[in-house]
Amino acid sequence: MIRWRLWLWLPLLAIALLFGLFALQLSRPKDEFVRSALIGQPLPTFSLKPALPGQPPLANTDFADGKPRLLNVFASWCVPCAAEAPQLAALQAGGAEIVAVAIRDTPDDVAAFLDAYGNPFSRIGADPYSQLQIALGSSGVPETFVIDGTGVIRHQHIGDIRAEDVPRLLDELREAGE
Amino acid sequence: MRLLLALLLALLPVAAQAQDGLPPAPYAYRQLDDPGLEQQARDLMDTLRCLTCQSQSIADSDAPMAGDMRHQVRTRLAAGETPEEVRGWLIARYGDYISYRPAPGATTWPLFAIPVLLLVVAVLVIARRLRGRGR
Repeated sequence: MIRWRLWLWLPLLAIALLFGLFALQLSRPKDEFVRSALIGQPLPTFSLKPALPGQPPLANTDFADGKPRLLNVFASWCVPCAAEAPQLAALQAGGAEIVAVAIRDTPDDVAAFLDAYGNPFSRIGADPYSQLQIALGSSGVPETFVIDGTGVIRHQHIGDIRAEDVPRLLDELREAGE
Repeated sequence: MRLLLALLLALLPVAAQAQDGLPPAPYAYRQLDDPGLEQQARDLMDTLRCLTCQSQSIADSDAPMAGDMRHQVRTRLAAGETPEEVRGWLIARYGDYISYRPAPGATTWPLFAIPVLLLVVAVLVIARRLRGRGR
């Protein structure tokens, strides 16, 4: 008889555990970032036309010369991309070489954007259909990847670069160069 | 008429601010010529997550990036890849999160194990009751 009563408590216990799980998950902040699964792997093969006429194009082979770089995924129509411009300038002043890919952009819009916010980029490739962005596992603009001197993706920064992110990215870049 | 024109003009700046200035990718809204291949593309696109609007599939979303992903899916299928190869290619880039069709793995095995377990328990319970009744 007593054993029967203990059995009766089991469903209640199960429900309590379930609600405990709900409470735990609901109290955690939601992580909406979709991170690239390609960290630690080589860049995909790509060859992009220049985003501005007369400028050099951008290909994955440009990353294999032994020098680590930042790869900035941006667009002229993206507001946080304008907000991170001072931080990109600071990274460049700190010795970082920054190459960029312009997502769904026109040469005129890119030129106007760079006139307004400065041009810290050594090369800018054009990605009109987000093909490189998807191949990189990037889910939005802006994002910044740290690429080592052999063309391996070492780090992904999602969202605009804030002032406090600058030293961390320079560290990542230095580590990628070792 | 003049009022209508004024209303339309008022809408103009909104349109100018909408995301980017480029037209959608060629195969974002255009179906493949081969109906069988288009059906495969549809079935796949229904089970791929839009990254900009994370609770929609890329087939449902009008986000520019979802259009670019539909373009990617259709051109890859047209080039001879199978739907599961395209899904695998995307999972290799974004992880399992990109796919609405879960595959058995380290974190998803309970999804597949629990129904089997419940079925076994149910069969055991029923078998016990039936045996009890027969007695």
